[in-house]
Amino acid sequence: MNDSKKHTVKEVRLMKGNEAIAHAAVRCGCDGYFGYPITPQSEIMETLMELEPWNTTGMVVLQAESETASINMVYGAAGCGKKSMTSSSSPGISLMQEGISYIACAELPCVIVNVMRGGPGLGTIQPSQADYYQSVKGGGHGDYKLITLAPASVQEMADYTVLAFELAFKYSTPSLILADGVIGQMMEKVILPPFQPRMTEAEIREKCPWATLGKTADRKPNIITSLCLQAEQMEAINLRLQKKYRDIEDNEVLFEEFSCEDAEYIIIAFGTTARVCQKAVEMARVEGIKAGLLRPITLFPFPTTAISNYADRIKAMLTVEMSAGQMVDDVRLAVNGRIPVEFYGRLGGIVPSPDEVLKALKDKIVIK
Amino acid sequence: MTTNEIIDPANLVYTKTKVMNDTPMHYCPGCSHGVVHKLIAEVIEEMDFQEKTIGIAPVGCAVFAYKYLDIDWQQAAHGRAPALATAIKRLLPDRLVFTYQGDGDLAAIGTAETIHAANRGENITIIFINNGIYGMTGGQMAPTTLEGMKSATTPNGRNIALNGYPLNITKLLAELPGTCYVTRHSVHTVANVRKAKKAIRKAFENSMEGKGTSVVEIVSTCNSGWKLSPVASNDWMVENMFPAYPLGDLKNE
Amino acid sequence: MAKIKGAIVVNVERCKGCNLCVVACPSKVLSLSKEANDKGYNFSHMSDPDSCVGCAACAYVCPDACITVYKVKL
Repeated sequence: MNDSKKHTVKEVRLMKGNEAIAHAAVRCGCDGYFGYPITPQSEIMETLMELEPWNTTGMVVLQAESETASINMVYGAAGCGKKSMTSSSSPGISLMQEGISYIACAELPCVIVNVMRGGPGLGTIQPSQADYYQSVKGGGHGDYKLITLAPASVQEMADYTVLAFELAFKYSTPSLILADGVIGQMMEKVILPPFQPRMTEAEIREKCPWATLGKTADRKPNIITSLCLQAEQMEAINLRLQKKYRDIEDNEVLFEEFSCEDAEYIIIAFGTTARVCQKAVEMARVEGIKAGLLRPITLFPFPTTAISNYADRIKAMLTVEMSAGQMVDDVRLAVNGRIPVEFYGRLGGIVPSPDEVLKALKDKIVIK
Repeated sequence: MTTNEIIDPANLVYTKTKVMNDTPMHYCPGCSHGVVHKLIAEVIEEMDFQEKTIGIAPVGCAVFAYKYLDIDWQQAAHGRAPALATAIKRLLPDRLVFTYQGDGDLAAIGTAETIHAANRGENITIIFINNGIYGMTGGQMAPTTLEGMKSATTPNGRNIALNGYPLNITKLLAELPGTCYVTRHSVHTVANVRKAKKAIRKAFENSMEGKGTSVVEIVSTCNSGWKLSPVASNDWMVENMFPAYPLGDLKNE
Repeated sequence: MAKIKGAIVVNVERCKGCNLCVVACPSKVLSLSKEANDKGYNFSHMSDPDSCVGCAACAYVCPDACITVYKVKL
């Protein structure tokens, strides 16, 4: 390889989705990771421990005693304006819900990664998407939302780690990366994001004037709390949160379309399922069925408008999920009864095959 | 010399520290919380650490501790204060980080967070208010409620067969290699107040010197929960709480 | 021998009348007043100011930090 060519080659690496998250976190200037091992995402913390970022960027990595402790460590770090994150899989995320609710109410930025596995209960360690409701409808107590990003490749695991932090700090709210066991475990090539330095304390004081870094003489104490016993004030806090969520809905919707231009039938699917469905769409096209795929990337905010617009142009939609049918509710709300919206899903850790999806497409919507 | 003549800034010997603000505290009359708040504030002032301290408030009566001390605060979910403190201290190692927790917060719902933070030897101070009762929720049994002691959920007294034994968590924490200083005090007399203040100072200094976790238990009263006057509560505490939770250093390394 | 004389000022509105200072005072200077503050508490006051030596025992045990202490050597 000559020198001139060397400069044009990007650093392409082969790694697991979980590993990509760890690398991206260090590179985007994350200050602290706090986690507890659980399959199928343990490689995130394992990779961080191997990278030893405390020796390079100064990032703190700590294995906590539980997911409960992890999310509350994130709360403490986030309250100091630090870029902090945790990761887990479904049962562990359930355990974190208390802390997530507190973080949402205290309006702190942080990133939570859920590499979903089959539930309910301890369930399986195989991939699932059955935490959709938990992720986009609240999860913990109270009226709150999480910005929810659904990667479908190892590259997106890296890219959305960076994006999740950006959005979390832009809106001072927790972001969730909702992946599944397939994306976490599979290896693909990935171009890692460039290194950015961690925020200095002066930068934090500037960008996050609410951060508890120690009360300087020129300001009142900073207090991070989610408590407000006066109902009128608590309603005002809630209204502020709701306004923030409307702003997020107005500005941050992300989705991807495949073969939708002339489609008569559109499949709606996210994450791993979207990859399977893309293959099913290709197979349908070979058979002369005008099928397309719309893949929501942000599950909150949901691409309601895009889906609604298609409802005036196409014959029917099929939502495919690795669950008993959760996102399909939001698709139906967007469509509002104008065209049929059918559902196909596999449960408990089974990934549907393209053949199954094609058959469901034909049996459930094309035939009508 | 008349009283009015004595009352002159030149003759001042004791006044409320500036780290404690003028917001009236919500605590019941005679509550030990107020004294402990005051001591923490005084130590912070004496160490000149107002700009470098981050306190973690619990869930319980002291949930509003952040209203009274003019320092930066985070208010934790019930029992989780040591987890918050762990992250804060690790990310800001030159700051003074302490938790302020009651017996329910520290020794029931937050037992795991407490023990693991202490066992990791986090360079934080844990101030532990032990009054053997859940004050805020109306006087229910705490993990430290004494055998036979009445509470809203043990109306006939704590029955070991039904409720298990009182938990001496401070003794347990002293066993952990991560703790450097574990001590038990009270604030019911002038001498005890002075000792408690010294202990808090030592704990804070340990935290800044990176010696490990310091735990200062304050055996306290809850006169509303105990249904006694403040003065009678102090007497009851001496007679009943001290035998179960004897004052003094459990560990000092 | 120098005589020590003290005096205290109670922040009347902050005082909750818990009586702990009254008990703590070694010179029996304090008592709860018959008057009540705006919150309805019978606040602490010096009923025998001449006996005060400014030892600050009352202030140390006060849970509401409402006592300021002054002292002079005569």
